[in-house]
Amino acid sequence: MTPEAGDRLPLESTTPAESFSALLRGRGVEPRWDVLGDVESVDPPEATTVLALRYAGGVVVAGDRRATAGNLIAHRRVQKVFPADGFSAVAISGVAGIAVELTRLFQTELEHYEKIEGRRLSLEGKANHLASMVRRQLPMAFQGLVVIPLFAGYDVETSEGRLYSFDVVGGRYDETDYTATGSGGRDARLYLRTVYREDFTEDEVLAVAVAALVAAAEEDTATGGPDLKRGIFPNVVVVDEGGYRDIEEDRVATAARAAMEASS
Amino acid sequence: MTTPFYVPPEQLMKDRAEFARKGIARGKSIVAVEYDSGILILGENASGTLHKISEVYDRIAFAGVGKYNEFEQLRIGGIRRADLTGYAYSRSDVTAKGLANAYAQALGNIFTQEVKPYEVELMVVEVGADADDNRIFKITYDGTLFADRRFSAIGGKEDALLEALDADYDEGAPLTTVLGWAKAACSSLTENGVAPGEWEAAVVDRLNGRRAFRRLESAEIDEA
Repeated sequence: MTPEAGDRLPLESTTPAESFSALLRGRGVEPRWDVLGDVESVDPPEATTVLALRYAGGVVVAGDRRATAGNLIAHRRVQKVFPADGFSAVAISGVAGIAVELTRLFQTELEHYEKIEGRRLSLEGKANHLASMVRRQLPMAFQGLVVIPLFAGYDVETSEGRLYSFDVVGGRYDETDYTATGSGGRDARLYLRTVYREDFTEDEVLAVAVAALVAAAEEDTATGGPDLKRGIFPNVVVVDEGGYRDIEEDRVATAARAAMEASS
Repeated sequence: MTTPFYVPPEQLMKDRAEFARKGIARGKSIVAVEYDSGILILGENASGTLHKISEVYDRIAFAGVGKYNEFEQLRIGGIRRADLTGYAYSRSDVTAKGLANAYAQALGNIFTQEVKPYEVELMVVEVGADADDNRIFKITYDGTLFADRRFSAIGGKEDALLEALDADYDEGAPLTTVLGWAKAACSSLTENGVAPGEWEAAVVDRLNGRRAFRRLESAEIDEA
């Protein structure tokens, strides 16, 4: 075969300059969870229900605070919703330790690209990258260590919020209205199906997101409902035209009280 | 067998330094000045897309003068180093001092061992929790590292720039005032001044949250 023009230029290095995970791989320090044999003896904490909705202004992402190990409550105040960058958020379900590390890697990756290239990745580019990170976890999924994220952000090119859900093989799906994952995800989706409207305001979408988590907690033991006694409330974040922002805890608490009253 | 000509090391270093200095002097200079809540970096740059000033990490910024491909390579290396350190340890473990030292080592090695020294000078600045914790480092083409206070300059005409800044400088001034001093200092180097829109400027400001770096818009620079 004759070499094509440009073949000998070092333009395609094996480590793309802008990819942080490729850099880690090149140095041999990427996070790995190699498991030999079966892992039935391992029972790591799992993060449970997270959900995301689109509304007129953008997207809202919410998650309960419970992590379970088998039938034990492992942690009561776990954070499952994180900023991915200035205009997107990522929520995690599945094995908590792996998911949190993947989130940290994903955040670093996005910031690394942004600094090197001087621009953010497109929203779809971010979702595709996250899909490839989930795909690399497939061998672990066969061992029972599954991680499924949700990704949501505001697309500054088209001026709209977008949602992405993933499956265990790294499949990436655009969601038009709402999506939920984790052990209580099915119950949350059932609830959202009955109440969802496209023209929610921010206050309404906050109330619906919290109510869906309350509904999931009613049916699923692994999902932690709002804990009024200890003052533990879901994490709720919004990504809109102005970017990522956490919803203040007292607003979430008010929504949680209202949702619990309505459901009892 | 041919015997290579003997070149005394003094002469060799002098030639290399002269070569690097000539290359650097062809480009425009960059200044960094502290203001009440951060550090301003400003330079003349006609290109709106090829930046000389860049974010490195949460509170750390980079500026380079000289040959673009050379300082761009150093910039990317610095970002990689910072992100690797921050990912392996903690975000607070990434410091301007560590980065400036790494640049000094790299440029020192290149100066003595490569065929051609890099024709660049770099600046690494870090905004601290208060003014005493601000850091401004300057690294020259041969790997010499300087720690400056209050203000600094890199590029061929730094002496004139430092003199101009020293005349104006007053501690705790707001950004708009400091921007005026920095522009005046750079404009004083050229006969016709610098046209509006031909500036590049950025700040690391402790009020900006985790990522302190912000590029200044053309309009904001021209107003001051």
